[in-house]
Amino acid sequence: MAAHGSPARLTTRRRALLGAAAAVLSAPAAAVLSAPAALALDLATLQFDQLYKSFGVRGYEFSDTLLGLKGKAVVMRGYMAPPLKPESHFFVLTGQPLALCPFCQSDADWPADIVVIYLRRASPLVGGGEPVTVSGQLEVGSWTDPQTGFVSQIRIVDATFRRS
Amino acid sequence: MSLAKPGKYTVEATAGDRKASVVWEVFDTGAPKAKNVILFVGDGMSVAHRTAARILSKGMVEGRYGGELAMDDMPHMALVSTAGTDSVVTDSANSASSYTTGHKSCVNALGVYCARNKDTLAHPKVETISEVVKRLRGMSVGVVTNTEIEDATPASMVSHTRRRSDYNDIVKMFFDVQPDVIMGGGSPNFLAKSTPGSKRPDEDDYIKKFETAGYKFVSTKTELANAKTAGKVLGLFNTGNVDGALDRFFLKKGGVPKFPDQPDLTDQIGAALEILSKNDKGFVLMVESGRIDKYSHSLDWERAIFDTIMLDNAVKVAKDFAAARNDTLVVVVPDHAHPVALVGTYDDNRPGQQLRDKLGMYEEAGFPNYPAPNADGYPDKVDVSRRLAFMFGAFPDYCDTGHPYLEGENVPAVAGATKDTYVANEKNCDVPGAARRTGNLPFKAPQGVHAGDDVILTAMGPGAELFRGRIDNTRVFRFMATALGLAPGSSQ
Repeated sequence: MAAHGSPARLTTRRRALLGAAAAVLSAPAAAVLSAPAALALDLATLQFDQLYKSFGVRGYEFSDTLLGLKGKAVVMRGYMAPPLKPESHFFVLTGQPLALCPFCQSDADWPADIVVIYLRRASPLVGGGEPVTVSGQLEVGSWTDPQTGFVSQIRIVDATFRRS
Repeated sequence: MSLAKPGKYTVEATAGDRKASVVWEVFDTGAPKAKNVILFVGDGMSVAHRTAARILSKGMVEGRYGGELAMDDMPHMALVSTAGTDSVVTDSANSASSYTTGHKSCVNALGVYCARNKDTLAHPKVETISEVVKRLRGMSVGVVTNTEIEDATPASMVSHTRRRSDYNDIVKMFFDVQPDVIMGGGSPNFLAKSTPGSKRPDEDDYIKKFETAGYKFVSTKTELANAKTAGKVLGLFNTGNVDGALDRFFLKKGGVPKFPDQPDLTDQIGAALEILSKNDKGFVLMVESGRIDKYSHSLDWERAIFDTIMLDNAVKVAKDFAAARNDTLVVVVPDHAHPVALVGTYDDNRPGQQLRDKLGMYEEAGFPNYPAPNADGYPDKVDVSRRLAFMFGAFPDYCDTGHPYLEGENVPAVAGATKDTYVANEKNCDVPGAARRTGNLPFKAPQGVHAGDDVILTAMGPGAELFRGRIDNTRVFRFMATALGLAPGSSQ
């Protein structure tokens, strides 16, 4: 959970993006956690339609794939939801570009299958609707961000991202 | 506070050199005329929605309709003005609140006067009709919708908050008031935080709480059909809004693959009437067709019209119920308008490449060629060669395809690169013949907006004769209260 509280650090957009790209191309630090599979090639790719096996009125059920990857290093491609701040250690990844910013508009709401990304270090974020590829360690289960109160079920922590 | 004597009361508040006042009219209702009230709200339903629904569901030959809508075929009609205390254009919270409390309020507010308190739950409250009829009469109350149950219109039956988006508080308010029938979508705010899919910040399991309080919980059309003998029912049929009629019956898009057994509004009202009519003291039932508005926001008129037809089918169920007895007031009213109009037809066979070339005006419009409606009043095809040209008067930048959105609800605009700006959804711009429209709304508007136009109310049954001419939206509450005789001889 250390990554959640990363102090904001000013970096230029270029440096942050280069750093993110480098992390994905070489073996990301997150992958080291799941040794011995520390090779970039062994990062499991997770897709949005693999997160849940059912969406019921009484709640959703995590998929076996998701639960099998809990605590492991994963790569996910998705869209960055319009961020609250231009630079942050936190953003929401969605399967489809969001028409609205749920943070910004009280009427709007998040789609069911979101993944919350906690970056290894605060970075300038890209505009809403941009596809990004995120890598980091998968966390599964209800967690409330003590700073924002945002409740999430699926997170990628200690994460890096690049435009894709 | 209560004022028992009828008359006009002016309440004035002063602070320094600032002054505010409100005039309250305390009225004597006379003796009860009606035992039950059924209030239908067609959210955002404007005249063009009604006309298009009539064309699609009844057909038109040489300018004459093949039949009447159930909501049109009523003896009493009124023009309702919908403005709130803060704006000429209202939203569904304060407009519905006018119907359920008799007091005007401001945008986003439910069951409160708008003060300056930071705490959205600490604004001065006014009693809702649900609270009044339960307190005074022991009547039953039903709230039935196809939106999330916490959404503004259904919430107005039980809620007191300055901010309609206080969904978790609104769930608690439903629990506190305990309407006997509660049906809609929006289950995530009923689930404990640790349950995946929950939107609560706490571990309260409201489905369990309602069950413990004696409610039968149902989540599908099949379960609902088996729950009619229950005393009280909580039905939550989707995590979001219940899917619209076009998706549920025909296109199978939206949330239909995830929730294949969602009830129709007609199923919901049928079950609600069976349950509520068991109370000898009568009932008040609100039934909302809420996605007429939502689909109009997304500039997706076919979906809005199918849900207008669905509303009409639900009205038919209520009329059949009321016809067998002379004790039920039925009111059908929109809560506000959208800037929409029928301008002609789009005909694929007209010469030219651009969308405007395909638009037939006046005699060139002729009539659309939708297939004859099925038994439920729906044509089974909307992508016909000559379609209604149903136009929106206020919009963000978007691309108008001139065709129905067969792959799912329209998304006219998406977030732009600059914060708080929206740009056209380029997916629609790629459709052959699509016309790029420069928005006429502020850049921050992601979709269509409400209009301040008056809306049309129709009514039948005891007390319906009160509705005539042009009325303020707060009169809807007053006339329902009068029909029920909620304050007979209060002047004594």
